[in-house]
Amino acid sequence: MPAYYLEALTVTLGILLLVAEAFVPSKSKTWIGLAGIVGLLLILALTFRAIGPDNTSEGKAWAKYALWDIYKFDAAARFYKIIALVTAVFVLILAVDYRSILAKFSGDKGSEEGTGEYYSLIIIATAAMMWMASAKNLAFLFVSLELLTVTFYILVAFMKRNVGSLEAGVKYLILGALSTGFLVYGIAWIYGATGSLDLAQITLAAGDEGTPGTPLLFGVALVMIALGFKVGAAPMHFWIPDVYQGAPTPTTAFLSIGSKAAGFMALISFLAPFSHCPYAGKIFSALVILACLTLIIGNFGAIPQNNFKRLLAYSSIANAGFILLAIAANRSGEDGLSSAKIVGFYLASYLIMTMAAFFILNIIRVQSGSDNIDALDGLAKRNPILAVAATVIMASLAGVPLTVGFLGKFFVFQAAMASQMWIPVIIAAIAAAAGFYYYFKVLRAIWWNAPNHKDSVPFDTTSIFSFALTVLTIAILVFGVWQQPLMNLLKGL
Amino acid sequence: MSSILFLIPFLAAIAIIFGSPARLTARVAGVSTLVIGLYAAFTWQCDCWSSSISVLRTPSLDLAFGFLNGTSSIMVALSVIVLAAAVLSGKAPEGREKLYYASSLLIAAGAIGAFISTNLFFFYAFHELALIPTFLMIGLLGRGSRKEIAWKITVYLGVGSLILLAGLVWLARECGTFNMIEMLKQTQEIDHTTQKSIAALLIIGFGTLVSLFPFHSWAAPAYASAPAPTAMLHAGVLKKFGLYGLLQLAVPLVPVGMNAWLTPLLVLLLGNILWVGFVTINQKRIDGMLGHSSVMHMGYIFLAIAALIASKHAGVENPYAIPAASVLMFAHGISIAMLFGLADRIERCTGTLDLADLGGLAKPAPRLAFLFGIAGMASLGLPGLANFSGEVMVFLSGFFGRSAGGALEPVQIATILSLWGVVMSAVYVLRVFRKTFQGPTVNSTVNATDIPLLEQLPALLLAAALLVVGLYPNILVNLLH
Repeated sequence: MPAYYLEALTVTLGILLLVAEAFVPSKSKTWIGLAGIVGLLLILALTFRAIGPDNTSEGKAWAKYALWDIYKFDAAARFYKIIALVTAVFVLILAVDYRSILAKFSGDKGSEEGTGEYYSLIIIATAAMMWMASAKNLAFLFVSLELLTVTFYILVAFMKRNVGSLEAGVKYLILGALSTGFLVYGIAWIYGATGSLDLAQITLAAGDEGTPGTPLLFGVALVMIALGFKVGAAPMHFWIPDVYQGAPTPTTAFLSIGSKAAGFMALISFLAPFSHCPYAGKIFSALVILACLTLIIGNFGAIPQNNFKRLLAYSSIANAGFILLAIAANRSGEDGLSSAKIVGFYLASYLIMTMAAFFILNIIRVQSGSDNIDALDGLAKRNPILAVAATVIMASLAGVPLTVGFLGKFFVFQAAMASQMWIPVIIAAIAAAAGFYYYFKVLRAIWWNAPNHKDSVPFDTTSIFSFALTVLTIAILVFGVWQQPLMNLLKGL
Repeated sequence: MSSILFLIPFLAAIAIIFGSPARLTARVAGVSTLVIGLYAAFTWQCDCWSSSISVLRTPSLDLAFGFLNGTSSIMVALSVIVLAAAVLSGKAPEGREKLYYASSLLIAAGAIGAFISTNLFFFYAFHELALIPTFLMIGLLGRGSRKEIAWKITVYLGVGSLILLAGLVWLARECGTFNMIEMLKQTQEIDHTTQKSIAALLIIGFGTLVSLFPFHSWAAPAYASAPAPTAMLHAGVLKKFGLYGLLQLAVPLVPVGMNAWLTPLLVLLLGNILWVGFVTINQKRIDGMLGHSSVMHMGYIFLAIAALIASKHAGVENPYAIPAASVLMFAHGISIAMLFGLADRIERCTGTLDLADLGGLAKPAPRLAFLFGIAGMASLGLPGLANFSGEVMVFLSGFFGRSAGGALEPVQIATILSLWGVVMSAVYVLRVFRKTFQGPTVNSTVNATDIPLLEQLPALLLAAALLVVGLYPNILVNLLH
């Protein structure tokens, strides 16, 4: 099956559900989310069957389409499509669980009228991420990134009767527009300097003596700033805490995992042409500075937080710092671990544990009405199994060994040490130590604090929700010890 | 096959979390681990104990278990004995049995896992696994200002572990493998400047975990606050991880680097023995005394390691140093676990551990006094008990290779100074024994009941280990050959 069917199917699924939602009157819209989950799982299965134009498809008509000039399907594209799909499936599960709050702030009382579109928008955003993963042309990259961003403008501001959500929406809109401006302008400069939008052509031009250096570097810097906004790299991070806090929790999870993974994928494919060009030193040392700043701001900013959602926002900045450090290390993989592979592994592990953390956040938000860490007080007594799961998740985020989170950080440190970036390594070590402090703050609330008397609900979990959380928690532990299955997905990166 | 030693307590802990009867499961697991563990320790040379599963091909990472050498087998023997004693003694607070027993099992599983790991990655990882239940137990069930103390050790040990991790990763990079057996076989020497940096990281990292002076201030309050099984397992077993690491990795792989830091190390270990020794004498509570004494005794094991480094540098084989360190680690682990277990019993029958409120306990509780006496005497180094054989070998190793009339080496000066530690141990142990058990009975002790037969079991198990090794230390030393 040609790979471009995957996005076509995803968009079709989203539009079909949107149409069905409009024409089928129903009090409960849950089934739209469930249908979306099933559809995405089918597409996920198809991802493993999809092929690009290679030896086996020679002679087939579709292998000669001009589409393949802008669209690629290699190991990286497949991997990031999988990441996007898996994230979307879990986000839909979260959204189904979150629908009561979504309905409360978006439609009339007692109806789920306004929630149906939410599920379809998630699916359309997924298609955008999948396209981004296949972009080998800056214009194509830009268009798919815009589809993603515009969808997210709606997803962030979806709770139209909630001031926090609207505020987040406006902030995201303004800063998103700003970053789009940077991106287009940067692409224009690069086009001017190299005469092409095609990444392969740019690679050749960047290595060429005749290419004007200053305009090229200026363009690269602008694009890096724009993508820095998307992945939450300091100093372009300041929108993250407010937007994450205000947006509906499933959107936050999607932003912090799916959108970030897509952003990093874009950053990696954008930087690949420059990794061995004469300007590589300048570009990558700028990236090192970016990584160090992000590590410091993310980790130290997280320390004073006592809102769980905000804590996860800073945690997402902190993790972006580690990923940037891996990219900045610029390893080409002669020791078996290229920067792209490490980033892939880190993002997969980040998906698993951050998604699980959002499940915990979702349940406390839905059932206790609060996002604060003290809403978790005494969880060990109220729901011991959930407390054990939360412990595993937080330990993994902090990077305790035998969890998947440790491996991700471990590889980053290894790459940074192999590139002999000693000062960033020291900063990253301090940052990781700070991580222990703020993630364990959550554990402290769970285990050591007495339950808060006024809202000591025992936290009931629905079956699909507990199933998803169990899968994620077990994945954290299994991949923490046995990493080969994850690495197999990354083969060829 | 040795993975079974890790799996029994680990799976038992998981079973307890999911509702299996806590006390029974823990005790069955503890005793079966004891039996299998002792058998494994005494037959460690058999290939049947090592196993390896590849978990990642590039970079190559194996979940590998086995015994590196005799020291590993001695540590396993120590771990399983203390684990059995810990789950058999003590009393879980009402309603917290699950947490109490599952945590104890997890701490032991982590410690055993670390001692039988032959892959550097998992060696480190298992130790970290054991720290989390330690924090939980102190924070939830500890005495006194438990939350502050738990937070303090989280920060101390967290930072120590990170520094250690940096050192270990660097070491693995230099050796090009995570496989500890291959690392030790390597003949090519690591560059000397690199060795020096790695050694510094390892000394600080491992040192913080073993409460090397001046990174020791977390230990005494933590042990004083921890529930009995946690104190027994951490002070007795888990803390030895740091010494074990120095002995197995740092000394053989970065000898030049270690030698560069020999003098600072000697000063620090004298800080452990003399400074902390004085602090111990001044303690007003039994738990505080035990906590500090356990910090102090680490100094002797560091001394054996220092002697090993010095003789390695001089190019001679020191036949005493490794047995001294191994036997003393074993002896100290057993005796401190026994003391913490019995101190818990004292607190339960008198309601206090404050020396000012105790006295004459030997009259109502003669058996308790006898057992505490044995453990105390072992701890101060009475001949016939295990600690004595360890300490004598430490002092012998310090003076090994010295020719009469020559100038004293730094190690020998340190050895002479640390001999005074034995006097200090005698002072504080005897003082605590006198104030607690002798003299007229007071309010808290007049109605105290003696230790019941069932609770004597773990203490007797530990006492037997102390006596056997004390009278016939070769039972352990032979394992090293």
